[in-house]
Amino acid sequence: MSSSTDTRTSIVWDYAPAPESADHIRLSDRYGLFLDGEFKDPQDGRYEPTINPATEQPIAEVAWAGRQDIEAAVRSAREAQPKWAALKDLERAKYLFRIARLIQERSRELAVVETLDGGKPLRESRDVDIPLAAAHFFHYAGWADKLRYGVNAREVAPLGVVGQIVPWNFPLLMAAWKLAPALACGNTAILKPAETTPLTALLLAEIAQEAELPPGVISILPGNGETGAALVRQKKINKIAFTGSTAVGRDIQAALAGSEVRLTLELGGKSANIVFEDAALDQAVEGIVNGIFFNQGHVCCAGSRLLIQESVHDEVIGKLWQRMRRLRVGDPLDKNTDVGAINSAEQLERIEVLVAAGEEEGATRRTIECEMPDRGYWFAPTLFTDVSPAHRIAVEEIFGPVVSVLTFRTQAEAIEKANNSRYGLAAGIWTDKGAKAFEVASALQAGVVWQNTYNHFDPTAAFGGYKESGFGREGGPAGLRPYVRIVS
Amino acid sequence: MSRLAVRKTYKLWIGGAFVRSESGRYDEADGFNFPRASRKDVRDAVVAARKAAGPWAARTAYNRGQILYRAAEALESRAETIGVPRDEVDASVDVLLHYAGWTDKLHAVLGGINPVAAPFLSFSLPEPTGVVGVVAPDAPPLLGLIAEIAPALAAANVVVAILSEATPLPGLDLAEALGVSDVPGGVVNLLSGRRAELAKALGAHRDLNAIADAGGDPELSAELDRLAAETIKRVRHGAAARSYSDATDDALERLEMVTELKTAWHPVGA
Amino acid sequence: MIRRLPHVDRVGIEERAAQLGKRSIKTTAKQQGIRLAVSMVDLTTLEGADTPGKVRQLCAKGVCPAPTMPEIPSVAAICVYPQLVATAKEALRGSGVKTASVATGFPAGQVSLEAKLRDTEDAVQAGADEIDMVISREAFLAGDDTRVMQEIVAVKDHCGDAHLKVILETAELGSYDHVRHASMIAMEAGADFIKTSTGKASAGATPGVCLVMLEAIRDYTERSGRIVGFKAAGGVSTSKAALHRLVLVKETLGDEWLTPERIRIGASSVLNDLLMQYAKTETGRYGRSEDFSKE
Repeated sequence: MSSSTDTRTSIVWDYAPAPESADHIRLSDRYGLFLDGEFKDPQDGRYEPTINPATEQPIAEVAWAGRQDIEAAVRSAREAQPKWAALKDLERAKYLFRIARLIQERSRELAVVETLDGGKPLRESRDVDIPLAAAHFFHYAGWADKLRYGVNAREVAPLGVVGQIVPWNFPLLMAAWKLAPALACGNTAILKPAETTPLTALLLAEIAQEAELPPGVISILPGNGETGAALVRQKKINKIAFTGSTAVGRDIQAALAGSEVRLTLELGGKSANIVFEDAALDQAVEGIVNGIFFNQGHVCCAGSRLLIQESVHDEVIGKLWQRMRRLRVGDPLDKNTDVGAINSAEQLERIEVLVAAGEEEGATRRTIECEMPDRGYWFAPTLFTDVSPAHRIAVEEIFGPVVSVLTFRTQAEAIEKANNSRYGLAAGIWTDKGAKAFEVASALQAGVVWQNTYNHFDPTAAFGGYKESGFGREGGPAGLRPYVRIVS
Repeated sequence: MSRLAVRKTYKLWIGGAFVRSESGRYDEADGFNFPRASRKDVRDAVVAARKAAGPWAARTAYNRGQILYRAAEALESRAETIGVPRDEVDASVDVLLHYAGWTDKLHAVLGGINPVAAPFLSFSLPEPTGVVGVVAPDAPPLLGLIAEIAPALAAANVVVAILSEATPLPGLDLAEALGVSDVPGGVVNLLSGRRAELAKALGAHRDLNAIADAGGDPELSAELDRLAAETIKRVRHGAAARSYSDATDDALERLEMVTELKTAWHPVGA
Repeated sequence: MIRRLPHVDRVGIEERAAQLGKRSIKTTAKQQGIRLAVSMVDLTTLEGADTPGKVRQLCAKGVCPAPTMPEIPSVAAICVYPQLVATAKEALRGSGVKTASVATGFPAGQVSLEAKLRDTEDAVQAGADEIDMVISREAFLAGDDTRVMQEIVAVKDHCGDAHLKVILETAELGSYDHVRHASMIAMEAGADFIKTSTGKASAGATPGVCLVMLEAIRDYTERSGRIVGFKAAGGVSTSKAALHRLVLVKETLGDEWLTPERIRIGASSVLNDLLMQYAKTETGRYGRSEDFSKE
């Protein structure tokens, strides 16, 4: 006879560590530049380590491109472009389908490397970043032979050579968002991954080799801001696509003034997540959490301004705070981690400066208590209430796990407050009333409006900003237009 | 001593299973026997198709595209053994690829937002018509078949197809390729036998939504039109596709014929 | 009473419930979780073919689920039809395992209130420690929340010292809005536990339904100060499913709720899967059904 039923009143059930195994990952110690279908040493660039922000340990050495390397890449891309464009449309599609399938096959490996290099939780790289990257290639593969339907013209032509600069928050996914449409439309591309997260782009180069992509169709040139600036100023390219901060976007737009080089920009945001009193409140709380703590808040479209209807403010904040306290911050490779590491020491400092400003300006700060490792860059999820619209934490993009709460009384006031920003990337609307959801959606100056959800992405759904959040769209048929010119 | 081959037994493909004709009849081609399907087999196929229709349409467009892509992979790997010239197989694989890429795009092209002159959000979206009957041409036996079934599948429909009467074996081999491609049972059903007999049974079945006819027989086509009128089925008569271009240049027409456009309205207010 | 349904977004709740299903429960956490789950099981038999012999064997299994693994606790209760309560009570004497009985015209509840109360009394007099009643879906779906509540109050009155679990039969209610609404009615009427299902309908304790009910409990408990327990019944047939429900409890209500005083799992076949998975954590071997007795 065994023991009687357990009637302890003080129970603790901890999740045991559940690290994703990394021993099947094939990572080299050193990666050259990817040019002409091969990995090469830089001519006038140099090798730099890329580190794991959760441990501050180097993972590999990566070549950064110098000016000569960039020029070589442009020459190679120019030479490869006519042959690439001359391929039968469906043949071009087949290369992209191959890349999509290879990403799927190597998905676990890519997810682990993405987490090691950037600090985001394995659960996110595994369940969001990598699958969406594969889907993006798959979707645009299918447009390659249907351009006249997607762009609504009798005949379209590629632009030629495109330079693409991507950020560190969704490294592989952003590379997919850039490369897939560019290649589908018959362009060749030079991709500059972000300074702190070059690895998955380099694995993508290996995948391109495995797919037998003709040499020169893509080049991968890691580097820092200088590398990007040098790429932007190349004379022989036809277009630049940039995703990153508004400050750098502004510089790029200025640098291209007077030139024929086309430009699309996907920049920062301070997106309003609006909760009405008739919302499904528990789901709204999930949406708030997803909106600002997903990927540690390193998301251009993060719902960083939470606008709550005053009548439900206390209830929502109460639920939100309890929910925040359940967030698990820690080792990104642990499958149970919800919030990973901050991407770099620089980014951590930026967050700390703005959070300090928030406290100084008089907002009320609450930060969850959690054990964080001694090494690595960490910031615990933080909630600011009693925020006024003029506070820096309500105006400037923090790009971290920090949400600022404002209240409103009426639908009209919510719209006004939400639109009162130089940014216009995204917004969230939480209400159970359809008509209201659609009216508020049409009134918001935001390129992406999520109703009763947040941070959902799909290759078929166009994404991009209004105002200083940029111009141009990625995803769907709208994502083809920036990469073609209409012939007739 | 030379080794005796293990000969293939050709069967119908209905509901994801290989079955003999309930009639027990058979015909012969290229030294192989194959089932001569009956009206009851047609009936069973339509029942299987209808059962599979809801779940197939409920999958994401991306998932359907992946499945059609996998069918292309499976067909490509059977290129040497499927019994039609290599360039016909290549064209067939390419047609499958083309339509695999349509699954998550036809909405953008066929649907859209309607800027109505009143405070409503109005949108139109394409939905599958349901169970599509296909009358494949005699030739080319593989490409002609795929040209008719791929658009229907891409638009989230399910299919009951009557194979080439003279050359059904490549179609029955296609069933093997589809069977290993994650195509759910009942989404595609393939019947060999006498075209006129089976097409009329299909055309008269009240639970069929549309007919894609490439049989090339004017009298049969007229009879199908008459039968279709009983339940207002959608009908398209087309020529046999003899090349990749034949099968894809008119993609939009093929897709539109097997979709219903649903327009919805919702107030925009407070 | 004019009904005002609360708002629950189906896509959102199912996303959250599914995401919590991705928690990775390994090694020590898995062992502890399995032991907790076993201690929360209401081992159930509700068949027309139940006999005293069958019930006695089930009771022995519930008291000592795995003689070879003494650290596995007894289950929380044995759940039977009123006719078998006396047999179960006798077989469980001295073990600490409770005798639970369904009542009120289980499972459909399509009998008069008088019959429901009489059914309850019979079970209580036969010695049931716990009564699992069904709400009147006939009244609920007609919008008569008052009658639904009054019936629960009346049954509670006839329970004596027995605690009352109120079965919502979530698969029949229509939507998550309705599940939450019914949860509130039941709690306000005095339920000691709210329970998802009879196990006899098309669906049972799906992750979405469990999460909605746990959130309702959380909000009611906070507002009223009264603790109401939760029982998941129907469809929890594997260890993975059981542990998923525990994760939902942990991350909605907190660790202190992980006790059979507050959480139960109504099941029959899950017990052996829990034992098999537990054995695997010890031996490293994938098991087979013969490794443990059926009853």
